[in-house]
Amino acid sequence: MLINCPYCGPRPDSEFKIKGSADISRPALNPEATFDNAMLEYIYMRNNPRGRHYEFWHHEAGCRRWLVVERDTEKSHEIYSVRDASVARPDGQFAGENTA
Amino acid sequence: MTVNIDNPFRTVKGGLIDRENPFDFGFDGVLMQGYRGDTLASALLANGIHLTARSFKYHRPRGIMTAGSEEPNALVTIRSGGRREPNTRATMQELYDGLEAVSQNRWPSLGFDVLGINDWVSRFLPAGFYYKTFMGPHKSWWYNLYEPFIRRAAGLGKAGYQRDPDHYGKMHGHCDVLVVGAGPTGLTAARALAEAGKKVILADENPQLGGQCLWNGDQVDDQPASEWAARVTAALKAMPNVRVLSRTTVFGAYDSLTFGAVERVCDHMAEPVENLPQQRFWFITAQSVVYATGAIERPLVMDGNDRPGVMMAAAAHKYLNQFAVVPGKRVAIATNNDSAYAAAADLAANSVDVAAVIDVRKAAGTELASQFDTKFGACVHEVRGGTKIKSAAIASLSGDALGNTLETLAIDALLMSGGWTPNVHLMCHKGGKPVWNEALAAMVPGELPANEYAAGSVTGAGTTATCIDQGLDIAGKILGESLSISERAYSRVEWNVEAFWKTPGSKRGFVEFQNDATAKDIDLAVQEGYKSVEHMKRYTTLGMATDQGKMANINGLALLSKARQQAIPEVGTTTYRPPFTPFGIGAVAGHRIGKRFVPTRYTSTHRWAENKAGAVMTDAGLWKRAQWFHQEGDKSWIESCNREVLNTRNKVGLNDVSTLGKIDIQGPDAGEFLNRLYTNGFAKLPVGKARYGMMLREDGSVMDDGTTSRLSENHYYMTTTTAAAGAVISHMEYYHQAIWPSLKVQFTSVTDQWSAFAVAGPRSRDVLRKVIEDLDLSHEAFPFMAVADCTVLGGKTARLFRISFSGELAYEIAVDARYGQQLWDALMAAGEEFGIAPYGLEALNVMRIEKGHVTHAELDGRVSIADTGLGKMASTKKDFIGRVATTRPAYGEKGREQLVGLRPVGAPTYGLTSEGQPDGPIMRAGTIVYGKDGALDWQNMQGWVSSVCYSPMLQGMIGLAFVADGHSRLGETVRLHSHLHEQRGESHAVEVELVSGHFFDPENERLLQ
Repeated sequence: MLINCPYCGPRPDSEFKIKGSADISRPALNPEATFDNAMLEYIYMRNNPRGRHYEFWHHEAGCRRWLVVERDTEKSHEIYSVRDASVARPDGQFAGENTA
Repeated sequence: MTVNIDNPFRTVKGGLIDRENPFDFGFDGVLMQGYRGDTLASALLANGIHLTARSFKYHRPRGIMTAGSEEPNALVTIRSGGRREPNTRATMQELYDGLEAVSQNRWPSLGFDVLGINDWVSRFLPAGFYYKTFMGPHKSWWYNLYEPFIRRAAGLGKAGYQRDPDHYGKMHGHCDVLVVGAGPTGLTAARALAEAGKKVILADENPQLGGQCLWNGDQVDDQPASEWAARVTAALKAMPNVRVLSRTTVFGAYDSLTFGAVERVCDHMAEPVENLPQQRFWFITAQSVVYATGAIERPLVMDGNDRPGVMMAAAAHKYLNQFAVVPGKRVAIATNNDSAYAAAADLAANSVDVAAVIDVRKAAGTELASQFDTKFGACVHEVRGGTKIKSAAIASLSGDALGNTLETLAIDALLMSGGWTPNVHLMCHKGGKPVWNEALAAMVPGELPANEYAAGSVTGAGTTATCIDQGLDIAGKILGESLSISERAYSRVEWNVEAFWKTPGSKRGFVEFQNDATAKDIDLAVQEGYKSVEHMKRYTTLGMATDQGKMANINGLALLSKARQQAIPEVGTTTYRPPFTPFGIGAVAGHRIGKRFVPTRYTSTHRWAENKAGAVMTDAGLWKRAQWFHQEGDKSWIESCNREVLNTRNKVGLNDVSTLGKIDIQGPDAGEFLNRLYTNGFAKLPVGKARYGMMLREDGSVMDDGTTSRLSENHYYMTTTTAAAGAVISHMEYYHQAIWPSLKVQFTSVTDQWSAFAVAGPRSRDVLRKVIEDLDLSHEAFPFMAVADCTVLGGKTARLFRISFSGELAYEIAVDARYGQQLWDALMAAGEEFGIAPYGLEALNVMRIEKGHVTHAELDGRVSIADTGLGKMASTKKDFIGRVATTRPAYGEKGREQLVGLRPVGAPTYGLTSEGQPDGPIMRAGTIVYGKDGALDWQNMQGWVSSVCYSPMLQGMIGLAFVADGHSRLGETVRLHSHLHEQRGESHAVEVELVSGHFFDPENERLLQ
């Protein structure tokens, strides 16, 4: 599998490390916060859908950027988009800290 | 000049072999001859040898059945020593001079195999036999008796135990179009694409390109098709934009049009040519792919269809036209289609007596039929013979039943054709489903994803002419234009298959040869409820052998659908998985074996330590570090280690700590970022100061620890443990990039850029004063935890940190790694008058245990910061990674295992024995901690020992352990018990007292000198 890294171009998957679903959002920092469902979801719960979804891939043996890769894990195995994790996904969602 | 050799089944003329180069080879110790260009199988057949193997389960005699990679029977072991290669398909192994092959799964010999008895008792070894047997009660005496016997009886070749002396390569290939298969389709498509300027990789599993053109007797422009194939091959090889990979099997299809392939670079030679790998593993990435993977002929299911001498008709055709070998002198042909008639015609033209063609159909679709004694509407109902076919009994067909027995033909070979099975495997590896084609009575590729194309026999095209047309057509599709060529191919026969799945009434007709699955086994599977195709497969083991049932699957499917009385498409297929054919495990490993399994990292003082200082080196992550420095007379490593500890604590020691991870962090938000990473605060750390920090994983467990220094307002320098350096920077990158990208901070690993040395001991300041040119090192000017740049080696910048892992007055000094050895030498020279000596990892470990400092022996991923006793380092004023998770009740629960120190009860003091071992109570790391009284069972388990050592300062063993509620139990006695050492008859039980982990200088007076 090739991942079209926005900085390095198409590179083999052996250069990357996958870190599961990117459909997660870290609760905002708050020194008063105690453990709640949002933190539980963020730490442990990961969707592993069959089909089109977003995943984190770390270009560990390349530019060392964390990428959000949108791909189909069911049939076509097509990669629809590859974005730096620090920018919004094509659907406007953003993987980072939930400040809402 | 042609060299004649004694090959009774070799034709005088013809074939693509090199008759000027005869080769000697041996099979089971018998010396024979063949020609360059032969396969082992063709050379054996030329010598009249069909019997090559005993079957897996019943030990039935088996012969060479095919001429390709689908061969189920003729598996042999070739080569010897480390090059020994079991389960080599004789049909794919090219002959080389001196090749030695031996047969497998037989004793004492291939001709007389004692376990041939299995065939006579086959009624007791039905499908599911292994399954039922091995799922039985395992502890009975009976199981112990028969289990090893069965394992020995069922088998393939044995792997060798010696190291393979050859090496294996890996390669990445990129192209516009990958063409898999170089038959007429692949050759045509590759040429058309290459002529249009496309970058093409053409891969074929055979040494010669051409596929069926090499043997089918078809013509292109009134010339033999083999000559056309040779011309196209030469043209392709001459083109700079084409890479021809012969002897290369594309074994798997993966995401993004990436393919795995193995090139058998030197398998056709006695030994690899110097510098060439034995095999080469290819990762091929293409923009488009053409699957021109062809089709393989499938057998007819009839009793005795596995007797040596029964062979696929197309294989016989190939042996004749490509290798100039005939399968027998008097042959019969059994078929359900027209393709076998071409084989019959060519054999007849080479003086083979074709006794009859037995055709299940009412009539043939080719005029070639008229020259033979044809028996239409008939089939072979039994093949007779033992280690060689003797005769075939023929019966007429009456609907779905057998009619009259017609006659029995005395023959020495039976050539069968049960139709053609397209090689759809690669198209199914990513989940594609093949579809049933009624006219072909076979599965053909279903709808393919974008940029993937199937063409030629794999779609049912069959003849040279239709293959060439399809190859051109597909090339045109990829190029987006319509193409034409002048060449005109002529084929004598088309397939015209009529489905015929089994000779009526056949009980022991083999469907799957390699695993000995019969038609009856399939019926039994259905009868016992294993109706799903995947269940039937596992129950009968049909398709589970190394050939993955290439020849068997369609027949098996059809018979399953009959047994279930359902149409074939409703039954479905089993899953096609890579690899298409087996290959050497060495190809997967490539060069990553032994020392090259992972990279090795060396510090700048490595050579000095190993070559000049007697260091024994050990692995620390990817690094090598000095474990201890051996001196003459040392009776054990503990003696060496004790000397190093005492020298450091009394005088001064030097240790290379370059392996610690070092991360340079800069930016206005660097302090804020560190505040989020570490449990304790760093934003307010004064410039010129270092601080010890702990970071947690998000789930609350301790991730790593280390010191981080503030070099200037916006510039920090972090150190991590050696082992976690990679994980820590990935963790930081994740949080900075994915979670908090708005933080203005940048960081990079500088581990390799800095050499760092710990200078520890009461005289360390004296040593450094002689080496550092521009810094006041007095306690007042440069106190504990001070950090500053300084100058060494006549103008080189260094960084000095007053930090201590040993508990002594100590410093770490870091310098550009290029000057690491120079600085080390300068420190050693300056320290000579103060008694400086290097110390290794063991001494470092002893000193840190004496101080109760933790390492990853303690921070094993299950431990919270409170468990380590450093809970006060967790800030309550700010949030940080992992803080929220540690508020969960379990982290504060009673019974949590907490870090404490251990000493044998009574804290006896003792030295070392004459062997250099502790001369008193022994504690061992990894031991379970049990309550003082009570049984040694799980209810009484209270923790575990993480680190122990013999402390030369305390004159006895000390240890660190995690013990339930340990922090509030100091002074209590518990038991350590090592069940492992008990079994070994070594000292294994000791009563110990729970004490503070700060064994030595608990008030830290030494480091504040």
